[in-house]
Amino acid sequence: MANMLEKIAKEFPMATVETADAKTTITIDDSHWHALARRLRDDAETPQDYLVTIVGVDWKDSMGCLYELMSSADPKGNILQVKVVAKDVDGRPMLHSVADIWDIAVYYEREVYDFFGIVFIGNPDMRRLFLSIDWKGYPLRKDYDDDPILNPVSTESERQSDFTDMWVEDKDGNVSKTQRRIFAENDFVVNIGPQHPATHGVLRFRTAVNGEEIKKIDVYMGYIHRGIEKLCENLTYPQTLHFMDRMDYFSAHNYHHALCMLYEKAAGIEISRRAQVIRVMMDELSRIASHMLFIGTYCMDLGATTMLFYTLRVREQILDIMEKTCGARMTFNYECIGGVMQDLAPDFVQDVHALLDVLPANIKEYNKLFVGNVITQNRLRNVGILTNEDAKSWGITGPSGRASGWACDMRKWLPYSIYSELDFEEVTATEGDSLARFNVRMREMEESAKILSQLVDNIPEGEYCVKVPKVLKLPKGSWFQVTEGCRGAFGLYLESDGTTKPYRLKIAPPCLNLAAVVDHITVGQKIADLITIGGSLDYIVPDMDR
Amino acid sequence: MQDFSVITDWIHTFLLSTLGCPSWLAVTIECVLIGVGLLLVYAVLALFYILYERKVCAYFQCRLGPNRVGPWGLLQSVADMFKILIKELIHLKNIDRFLFALAPYLVIIASMLAFAVLPWANGLQVIDFNIGIFFLLAVSSIGVLGILLAGWSSNNKFTLIGALRSGSQMVSYELSTGLSVLTMVCLAGSMSVGDIVASQERLWFLFSGHLPAIIAFIIFLIAGTAETNRGPFDLPEAESELTAGYHTEYSGIHFGFFYLAEYLNLFIVSGVASLMFLGGWMPFHIPGWEGFNHVMDYIPGLVWFLLKCFTLSFVIIWFKWTFPRIRIDQMLKLEWKYLLPINLFNLVLMAIIIVNGWVI
Amino acid sequence: MEVTTKSMPYEAWQDNEYIEKLAEELRASGTNVIVGSLDKLINWGRSNSIWPLTFATSCCGIEFVSLGAARFDMARFGWEVARSSPRQADFMMVAGTIVNRMVPVFRRLYDQLAEPKYVIACGSCAISGGPFRKSYHVAKGIEDIVPVDVFVPGCPPRPEAMIYGIMQLSRKMKVEKFFGGVNRQERRIKFYEEHPECQ
Repeated sequence: MANMLEKIAKEFPMATVETADAKTTITIDDSHWHALARRLRDDAETPQDYLVTIVGVDWKDSMGCLYELMSSADPKGNILQVKVVAKDVDGRPMLHSVADIWDIAVYYEREVYDFFGIVFIGNPDMRRLFLSIDWKGYPLRKDYDDDPILNPVSTESERQSDFTDMWVEDKDGNVSKTQRRIFAENDFVVNIGPQHPATHGVLRFRTAVNGEEIKKIDVYMGYIHRGIEKLCENLTYPQTLHFMDRMDYFSAHNYHHALCMLYEKAAGIEISRRAQVIRVMMDELSRIASHMLFIGTYCMDLGATTMLFYTLRVREQILDIMEKTCGARMTFNYECIGGVMQDLAPDFVQDVHALLDVLPANIKEYNKLFVGNVITQNRLRNVGILTNEDAKSWGITGPSGRASGWACDMRKWLPYSIYSELDFEEVTATEGDSLARFNVRMREMEESAKILSQLVDNIPEGEYCVKVPKVLKLPKGSWFQVTEGCRGAFGLYLESDGTTKPYRLKIAPPCLNLAAVVDHITVGQKIADLITIGGSLDYIVPDMDR
Repeated sequence: MQDFSVITDWIHTFLLSTLGCPSWLAVTIECVLIGVGLLLVYAVLALFYILYERKVCAYFQCRLGPNRVGPWGLLQSVADMFKILIKELIHLKNIDRFLFALAPYLVIIASMLAFAVLPWANGLQVIDFNIGIFFLLAVSSIGVLGILLAGWSSNNKFTLIGALRSGSQMVSYELSTGLSVLTMVCLAGSMSVGDIVASQERLWFLFSGHLPAIIAFIIFLIAGTAETNRGPFDLPEAESELTAGYHTEYSGIHFGFFYLAEYLNLFIVSGVASLMFLGGWMPFHIPGWEGFNHVMDYIPGLVWFLLKCFTLSFVIIWFKWTFPRIRIDQMLKLEWKYLLPINLFNLVLMAIIIVNGWVI
Repeated sequence: MEVTTKSMPYEAWQDNEYIEKLAEELRASGTNVIVGSLDKLINWGRSNSIWPLTFATSCCGIEFVSLGAARFDMARFGWEVARSSPRQADFMMVAGTIVNRMVPVFRRLYDQLAEPKYVIACGSCAISGGPFRKSYHVAKGIEDIVPVDVFVPGCPPRPEAMIYGIMQLSRKMKVEKFFGGVNRQERRIKFYEEHPECQ
């Protein structure tokens, strides 16, 4: 990494490279950004092949993007941040697109366009991602007018367009807008979703089919976009926490944990070991519960409804444990800045032991009932193969990425909390098909159980929550962190202006990438495989929409 | 063995001689009686089957199933029927009205006609004619027309895909049911339902037909499950793929017809399977065990028939709640590459056995 | 008149005044004996066979899945026949946030339901927008979009609360007059008068 930075400083003299608090930031102007991006991606030693997220920021006097990059070849997991300020063309902020370098950038850039109105020159699909086509204004700009008269709640169907915009630059640097058809003119387009049993919520696939075969999928998101990032900007730090429960509601503990950690890091708060152990145990319990529900709903999608009821049995047991301690079955709001809300329930240890006792038998039962079945094998094997390179380029992390042979478990890569002390294995597979994605989750439950069994009898005494100031003010600055949710890498970018409210809180959920890649790996397969593939990626729609 | 023809003959003579009806009137009255009786049986069976499946699947899934409406939830499907009867029939724009309305009736008529030749008990059969089993196969395939029409006339992409899936599925699996029935017809030497049952008096075909009968039975169960559009072959109405498949746009009683027909087809498939392989209403007999056979004869034929049907239906319901759904190309591959060759081979094998007189 | 279901004694309900008032209003004009008893029979059928539409947008939907599972088992009441097609469902459990973009879809789903149809607003998001009320892209309660019959508060409501909510709906169905009155349509007309933009 250090070598690369030296070389880059030589090759790109116009770029400024700063390193502060183990964080490297390169600042470059837009005209050289594309070349730098290519150079970073193709570096021989540590190719920056994983684009974690693109953070759009409105600095009031200017707008721009922060590109958070990681290298799969870097075992230390250094995060490289590139800051690019948008230039103004005819009153429209513009940047050069990197969609040709990282596949996922198409969607990230659409998101930034949707929220900030920054146009990306060269992005093949410059439409809004979450908001409807006629939405007025760009909500995450600081001067956004959220008057409901401008954008009323309407029962009229929203306008549809078969075209997408593309901004191209000619040799002289003049930018112009062109239009392009999304589907071919005579395609038979089936609209799957937003209300469809297999989309796991309200996601919409416009699917061009040729008989039973899929030709192209166009993903529409935003049917549950609730504007959490904007809401956070008007709430104090502790108030923002509860949104984490309502995004990926299965990773409620993990996301909560991540945001608390970020605030604690920013405020310099050390939490007690007891609180850390409790948090990690809750994380792993959620992981088991989440994977249990995945297995159940996945089997239900494939038609084996009975499995759902068998897996929910174990999930209910985990929810009982959580309910006793947190007081809720979902949306726990348990972790808080400084530790956790309240101490563990008296029979927590006993309950976890009871869970660990029944878990192996249950996993064995699922394998026997479902995985061994010849129909299952035929439906899943070699369906929706995601190659290792594609996984990185599309930023597919979590169990789905690991099934493609990419060791991207943030608990190992960027160990946080007490994960570095724990003995567990990072589950990977090489096939990259739906069956591998399924099996990785099955084995991850065993690993989580292993972590739980290491901790359950060693919960240290101590306070569960340290004292934090009543009114929390974070110092000026910006922080970025990546942790592991149940579905993959969960990135959080925080920019503080020294007040009690975040200036910008960017949430980079794993599910956006999972939904974005569906088109890429489904083309050429059958309609039934869309369900197999979508299910095996296991995206949660409120998580991607925020 | 009880013989129901005594009762039917009595009704016939009662109408003719005691009431002095002319024979055309007597036949008309009998037809109406049979029609009303069948409708009643039809409705009761369908309601029972809906509850049966819901209870069975609940127990598979460690649940209780309906238990609040009526004693042990027995009236649940009756309540459902009342509800469906009064639900609104939605009139859609831009559809083929006539075909849209016709489709559910075609489906229900197909399954109703099949009832005509099912032997419920000794003599308790609407009509026993020399090509009974052929008739049954023929009418049961009218149902696919209804499904195709339903899917096409709804003017909806999901229903269309569902209907086309259903069409290809039914046409393919018709071959397997036909061939496995043909195998058993060879063994029986007759297409008349009465003769088929009568020739199983010594021993049920499943046991007397050696290996080919067992193969034919298994294939018939698989193909029958596919014919009734039930899991793992429920592609035409695959919930997670096509919302509700070919009947997505139907509401109220029209949907009710599809719903009932699904369960009645399940009954018919089990009925045909028990007729061809398990002796229909014929009690379980073992050659040589006279005392045992005599005891078995005390159990009425109707009980035997229903018991066999419910058991086979249980197996088919069991399939549905255990297996994941198969994919369309795999389903067609299963039929054309595996079941059909096996079936043809099986038929030859059966012919060899019969020609050589190796039947037990 | 005591309106209750088999599973719960009349005294255990929390809002008996409301249902009594509703029953009184509906029966104010009196009813014919034959029609009245037919009504009772049909209402018995309707109130015992409430099929939900599989519709969920967020967290509440997961609790709705739990409702179907072995522990809470809504099949006991005959509610487990979740239909994916709105034409065949009786009520819509609006489980989760309804955002601006979803509103037309949601409204269309409601229009596609076959009469008699009912809506349960489940969870604080559906009731008022809940924690996202201040957002730029969230409908502040579904009551402005469709007529709602039962509100189930909670974030998300526990499955027990959902059972209670659907039982309330069942109780409401029991007092309705199916013949003659068809109070649902009257209510809808009134709703359209109040919300002309939803027509």
